Amino acid sequence: MTEKKFMAGNEAIAEAAVQAGCRYYFGYPITPQNEIGEYMAWRLPEVGGTFLQAESELAAIYMVFGASGAGARVMTSSSGPGISLMQEGISYIAAAELPCVIVNMMRCGPGLGGIQPSQSDYFQATKGGGHGDYHLLVLAPSTGQEAANLTMLAFDLADKYRNPVMILGDGNIGQMMEPIEFKPLEKPVAAPKKNWALTGTPGRPRNLIKTLFLDPVVLEKRNLANAAKLREAVKNEVRFESYLTEDAEIVIAAYGTVARIAKTAIKILREKGLKVGLLRPISLYPFPYQAFSDTAERVKDFLVVEMSMGQMIEDVKLALCGKSRLHFYNRVGGMVPSFDEIVAQAEKIAKEAR
Amino acid sequence: MGKIVVNEEFCKGCSLCISVCPQKLIRTATHVSKKGYHPAQFEDPEGKCSGCAVCALMCPDVAITVYREKKTGVTKK
Amino acid sequence: MEAVVQRPETLTSANTHYCPGCGHGIIHRLIAEVIDELGIREKTVIVAPVGCAVLLYNYFDLDSYEASHGRAPAIATGCKRVHPEVVVLTYQGDGDLAAIGTAEIVHAATRGEKITTVFVNNAIYGMTAGQMAPTTLIGQKTTTTPDGRTAERAGYPIRVCEMLTPLEGAKYIARVSVSSPKNVIQAKKAIRKAFETQIKGQGFSLVEVLSQCPTNWHMTPVESVKWVDEKMAAYFPLGEFKVPKEG
Repeated sequence: MTEKKFMAGNEAIAEAAVQAGCRYYFGYPITPQNEIGEYMAWRLPEVGGTFLQAESELAAIYMVFGASGAGARVMTSSSGPGISLMQEGISYIAAAELPCVIVNMMRCGPGLGGIQPSQSDYFQATKGGGHGDYHLLVLAPSTGQEAANLTMLAFDLADKYRNPVMILGDGNIGQMMEPIEFKPLEKPVAAPKKNWALTGTPGRPRNLIKTLFLDPVVLEKRNLANAAKLREAVKNEVRFESYLTEDAEIVIAAYGTVARIAKTAIKILREKGLKVGLLRPISLYPFPYQAFSDTAERVKDFLVVEMSMGQMIEDVKLALCGKSRLHFYNRVGGMVPSFDEIVAQAEKIAKEAR
Repeated sequence: MGKIVVNEEFCKGCSLCISVCPQKLIRTATHVSKKGYHPAQFEDPEGKCSGCAVCALMCPDVAITVYREKKTGVTKK
Repeated sequence: MEAVVQRPETLTSANTHYCPGCGHGIIHRLIAEVIDELGIREKTVIVAPVGCAVLLYNYFDLDSYEASHGRAPAIATGCKRVHPEVVVLTYQGDGDLAAIGTAEIVHAATRGEKITTVFVNNAIYGMTAGQMAPTTLIGQKTTTTPDGRTAERAGYPIRVCEMLTPLEGAKYIARVSVSSPKNVIQAKKAIRKAFETQIKGQGFSLVEVLSQCPTNWHMTPVESVKWVDEKMAAYFPLGEFKVPKEG
């Protein structure tokens, strides 16, 4: 299917999941991602799959646990408050080494917050959220097309690493309608056979999907093995975009919707004679620390722009290790920075640098 | 005609079997099993056990195997 | 003589960690016998709860999930929707099902989810050493109702069967106990009917089993089964509340 369809980012994510072989979706309505579930409600039956609206996000994440444990490709989606409810389940899914895709279309918080976009769930997504030592692989699209592509990749990564993968978007990406092209991944990751799945036991010993290990010797080994698995992911799955950074004097660090706005700002800045570039993390976990560190060898000013009170900036700080100056600009509460504001920030930095 | 065999590997000495045996053929042993319990002990010197299996019905540990003579004759297991 | 009663195939040869006299052991055995008799061991998946039975997967030779507290019906739903031909069973205690998991069991029932739930009601939280459960009786002493439960402070015990029966998706609802040989026989019949309800694709089935907890009730096993008969069955009446219509 290579025709272009005009659809909202949320719908693109849902269609991409179906094309990646996802046949089970369990979720609960929450703005601004309802279109994902609504799309699945009519699309999954078309392909012999199952859509089920659960009684809560708590139930939904455990239905995902059940379906994943049964060997299926399965997805759920929500926004901040619902993802918070799912945290225990996510910890269980990671602990049980079950693959699945979880979509968070961020809205502003904390608490019930608002329905406008934000990027204030970065910590929750990348640093934990649930209890225990584990990490989600986190992919942050910046356009509807990228959301579709990364969703398809997410299923492959989830199976490859037997780990949950999160698509971290925001209400903007979810609601905006754009032309989307569905192509299979250029390099599809080989999906391993799921002989650990629960299917009934004809002719084989029983399988267990469990996360309780009362013997500390055993549990330590499990944690170490899981960490080793994540180190492989850190080695192999870093993704970022380096946009006009080769000759840049100032590099903007941003992801998702903000990165897209930053590109417009950069165009304006370059027309004004200011050499600004963008380093855009696409994988938030694993974070592209090396890319930032390398860029900092020649760039002295980084401007982090986020729709949060400063979450990704901590990872940028870690990456830079004091090598360059770090500036921060943010909007929160559902306010989205305009390209004008970013242009003004960059100009201010350039002036101070002289 | 019947008999039971109590497996001391499993019996926890809960006495539920003792309380339900209609012939009162089970008692608490005076010895302590390897598990640290006083297990149930079958004593049927007069051959009164009918193999009714009510003891095994109550046993939470599947510690009791019940044997019963087939009505058509004796078949040794 | 031939052995007429022995260990069911569906039970492993592991020693259980349950206390002497605990109802779990009897209930596990009945479920295993039913699975053997129906010949479905190789197509049954069990979902373990959080509670004393968290380790039940050591005792049942079945594909098993270990659920988080209360969520077994959701996990079972996920599994059953992926494998409709597999028999999916949740095994839950009174905290798991009637406290934290109330939403999940109600919705599995009202969806008519074709799963079977064995609900073990011992009116107390066993694994965590004796706190009040939603099914603790008025007047019953627990570590969090040291003077006996009062309705004023802690509300009334929940009757789960009565609560689920009006839901149309719930097709077989029964309450039994394992306090006497007669009751054990009835319990096994109910468990078998519940499995058959699922196998025939009729809808959700649940068997509530009144069970004894000698340790946390501070009684001997023989005293505890009497307490089930005299005190628990008075508030939680035994019987079949709903039976699927034939045809």
